Amino acid sequence: MRRSINILTNTDWLSVFIYLVLIVFGWLNIYSVNFSETDPSFFSLENRYAMQIYFIIASVILAIIIFLIDSRFYSFIAYPLYVFSVLMLLAVMVIGKEVNGAKSWIMLGPIGIQPSEFAKLATILALARFLSGYNVKTNSPQTILKSLGIIFFAPVLIMLQPDFGSTLVYSAILIVLYREGLPGWILILLLFMAGIFLGTLMVSKFIILIILISAAAIAFFILNKNLKNFLIVVLVLTVLVLIGVVLKYFELIPKNNFLLLFGALVLSTIFYLIRAITAKIKHVFPVILFLYLFIGFVYSVDFVFNNILQKHQQERVQIMLGLKSDPWGYEYNVNQSKIAIGSGGFLGRGFLNGPQTKLKYVPEQSTDFIFCTVGEEWGFLGSFGFIVLYIGLLIRLIYLAERQRSKFSRIYGYGVVSILFFHFAVNVGMAIALFPVIGIPLPFMSYGGSSLMAFTAMIFIFLRLDSTRKAYLI
Amino acid sequence: MDQFANRKIYVGIFILLIGLIFTFRLLYLQVIDSTYKLSAESNSRRLEIVYPARGLIYDRNNLLIVHNQPSYDLKISPFELEAFDSTELCEILNVDIQTLRDAIYRVKKYERERRNPFIKQLSPETFGKLKEKQYKFPGFYFSERTLRKYNYEIASHLLGYIGEVDSSIIKKDSYYELGDYYGVSGVESTYENFLKGEKGRRYKLIDVRGKEQGTYREGRYDSDAEMGKNITLTIDAELQQYAEKLMKNFEGSVVAIEPSTGEVLALVSAPFYNPSLLVGRVRQENYEALKKDSLEPLFNNATMALYPPGSTFKTANALVALQEGVIRPTSSFGCTLGYYARGVSMKCHSHKQPLELVEAITNSCNAYFAHTYKRTIDNQNFETTEDAYNAWRDMILSFGFGEPLGIDLPSEKAGFIPKSSYYDRYYGKGYWKAHTIISNAIGQGEILTTPLQIANFAATIANRGYYITPHVVKDIEGVDTLSREFMQKNWMKPDTSYINYIIDGMDGAVNGEGGTAHIAHLKDIVICGKTGTAQNPHGTDHSVFMAFAPKENPRIAISVYVEYGEWGATYGAPIASLLIEKYLTDTIAPNRKWVETRMLNSKPTNKKEDEKKY
Ligand SMILES: [Zn+2]
Repeated sequence: MRRSINILTNTDWLSVFIYLVLIVFGWLNIYSVNFSETDPSFFSLENRYAMQIYFIIASVILAIIIFLIDSRFYSFIAYPLYVFSVLMLLAVMVIGKEVNGAKSWIMLGPIGIQPSEFAKLATILALARFLSGYNVKTNSPQTILKSLGIIFFAPVLIMLQPDFGSTLVYSAILIVLYREGLPGWILILLLFMAGIFLGTLMVSKFIILIILISAAAIAFFILNKNLKNFLIVVLVLTVLVLIGVVLKYFELIPKNNFLLLFGALVLSTIFYLIRAITAKIKHVFPVILFLYLFIGFVYSVDFVFNNILQKHQQERVQIMLGLKSDPWGYEYNVNQSKIAIGSGGFLGRGFLNGPQTKLKYVPEQSTDFIFCTVGEEWGFLGSFGFIVLYIGLLIRLIYLAERQRSKFSRIYGYGVVSILFFHFAVNVGMAIALFPVIGIPLPFMSYGGSSLMAFTAMIFIFLRLDSTRKAYLI
Repeated sequence: MDQFANRKIYVGIFILLIGLIFTFRLLYLQVIDSTYKLSAESNSRRLEIVYPARGLIYDRNNLLIVHNQPSYDLKISPFELEAFDSTELCEILNVDIQTLRDAIYRVKKYERERRNPFIKQLSPETFGKLKEKQYKFPGFYFSERTLRKYNYEIASHLLGYIGEVDSSIIKKDSYYELGDYYGVSGVESTYENFLKGEKGRRYKLIDVRGKEQGTYREGRYDSDAEMGKNITLTIDAELQQYAEKLMKNFEGSVVAIEPSTGEVLALVSAPFYNPSLLVGRVRQENYEALKKDSLEPLFNNATMALYPPGSTFKTANALVALQEGVIRPTSSFGCTLGYYARGVSMKCHSHKQPLELVEAITNSCNAYFAHTYKRTIDNQNFETTEDAYNAWRDMILSFGFGEPLGIDLPSEKAGFIPKSSYYDRYYGKGYWKAHTIISNAIGQGEILTTPLQIANFAATIANRGYYITPHVVKDIEGVDTLSREFMQKNWMKPDTSYINYIIDGMDGAVNGEGGTAHIAHLKDIVICGKTGTAQNPHGTDHSVFMAFAPKENPRIAISVYVEYGEWGATYGAPIASLLIEKYLTDTIAPNRKWVETRMLNSKPTNKKEDEKKY
């Protein structure tokens, strides 16, 4: 059967349309932020809005080029591009230009390029290529481990720049793995770990330990279904804790509740293990194993937070969790952003009319906080419309991904969806104070050549793959 | 077929869920909750503080002593900054380019709409030059404040000076903000709440570039700055000026009080400084220099220096002894060039003897007052020495000694009249009696008083038995009455009928035959005075004199301390008499000019202690 290939009729024009609406809308907001009557001339390179026009033109040209290339090329180029982007990330550590304390830029004459923006594209291409290979069972442990290997190379290098926000983006690729068969319990485990992670930062390790021990006891009871065994477990631990309390009272052991409880736990563990062997009780080993794994996890979270995260990152997380107040620091950004968005009201203040935007009360408003301008000048109506449009695009892309016959195209499509979704959720969530301030751009809206071109390439490669979905089965 | 295809549903639902959460959050922020709309308004308006001028300070005759001069701070508004010629600005301001860069960086990075001065208190020349070219430097603007200016450069200690608030003051009183000024010492400090005024507020609308676009809501929330309240001092500026002229060579102090009101007419602490030195840009540098000066010109001797009262204290002891009945005015004691008893010897100078009370005061006989004090402390009417001593101390305190008087100046000292427990500790309970502490008889020993207390004591005698707490402020604009302490009479404990013997003795000391202070004698005015010598363990003794005049209906009471002045009559008496003459007659009689000349041209020196004074 002959397959007719008419690229233009098979292109998803709805996605292209939403893409164009978003970049035009984004430009209007950038113009509003940076516009000033005293500006030298409209097309001067000193103006961000003029620069963004050049970036948009370049992106459109890039999109057209992408459509002119045979779609099989993208599967072919996946690994070389991946290797190239990793090399670029290594290069940026050496020849990179430091901006705001992070080495993220490679300067080619007057043009600055952010390799981390392109690395996302390369990573999802490579992942799609790998998972779509022959005889790859996507839900087998080896595949998952290899996938994680592909995913984690770039973020580790980006973390070293350091660019915390761009690093976190890669966690979105879990959505792709989930769609391709990542076992649900791993996802639940990861979510539980995220909960413990936040819990460790919010309450003391002692309370976390109590929670973990209680959870282990309940898990044991549910699995073992024997009241007598359960009561013995509880009794032994309680007696040991009481002995510890008495010893502490007479100052025979250090006055540290965590150590006391942990010590009692270790001693009772020995008892449980001996009893498990002698009385042949089931489920003791796995429960104990997981309990200790989680305790280790709590410790490593604590370590990562205090030793690996930078001070300002720690503060952002702490402010977000309500553990710290700092009205003139990071909280200032969030607060000004809330004021800007809140002052928009239902209808907004109108284009070029937002005083918050005008007076630049919100820092980084053309880039990370561009959504403030949307909220202030276009009101609830405008921002709601924007969210509908964005979510619409994402759902549309899922629909497109699902209709692919090629596994490569589908996986890549989900990669695009997950990366765009993560950026959207974190960027808007940060502007409306639901997430910590993590500096990542809003795709198609934020000022910046690298991010606009990288996201353009990302989505148009997918649309190109989609346009030939009937022609090839890659 | 793809076994996980149904997972697309969960992914889709998850994305929709986030969209839904965002929508509700936006609905809340933008439509339901109105707090952020109000905050936005406060963001697009700017609060400007208008600083009030401090209250003016007048003397008792309504001569303006302290007023204000404008001063300009240079500030930077980060929103308005545009490209400018930084070299030119640096030249005008005489700062290096790095300082300017740092300031701009700081303002942009940290201060946002808070606007601290870049340069405080521009010199008038710099201000003039910059004002002309201000259009060249957008984002730089002036903020006007006022500084003190002195019509009479006098009374530095009394007026006090103004400094910048520190964090401890801001914590205590929310009125103050960083960079505000407040009265650090003197009247500026005690009456700070009246002098400081109220800051005004102007809310300005600001546009794209942060430039003013008129008032916010037609100035509904604006308030004008309210000038501080004017204050009238009790000080006589001319008397103060004359006193400072007389004291310019000396260390020590002069305190003059109007007895009937407790109003301080002059208060000099020497050495003094020109109050203009502690104003404006030069303040810090001058302050450091004054602080380092070994003569401690910042220290107010009049209210804070502790000296032995010397022989002026004999009059107090006499009043107590009369009250206790251990002597009568007619009691007489012999003096053989001093008082000699078991273990005690106290020299006296040569004079006729024996003496009765009035003559004893006139001649300042040490022996007479040693006898008197012995009788007072070893009084058989009391069971123990301690009881007798406490009765004596109680009456001494009623003259205003041993406690701060409560003058309206900061950090007044109490002086020192030991409690009996002090001697118990020193000698052991029951192991001390009159002879042990006989130095107190002639105002030496452990007793310490401030010059203010001595002047107040002179006023008590002038008033025939009471004093009104000395104060330096007569009137505050808009305040009807002064504090009640400055109105009420504090009566001494000894009976007032005895006071005339004291007054007669002091009259004799100045005007009588053999008086110790004959140099203070005026032709037409009867000055009553008492000389003293304050023992100085570090060298030459200090010259002390207390006096009041005229004898009937006294108008001025005075104490003069001249350090290393040796005898009360050498410096204290002449200076006091000149001040009394000046105050009561407005001039110095030609036949007294020589006294003035001598005071203006002499300088006592601190000779090493080589002989005992009495
Ligand atoms: Zn004698």
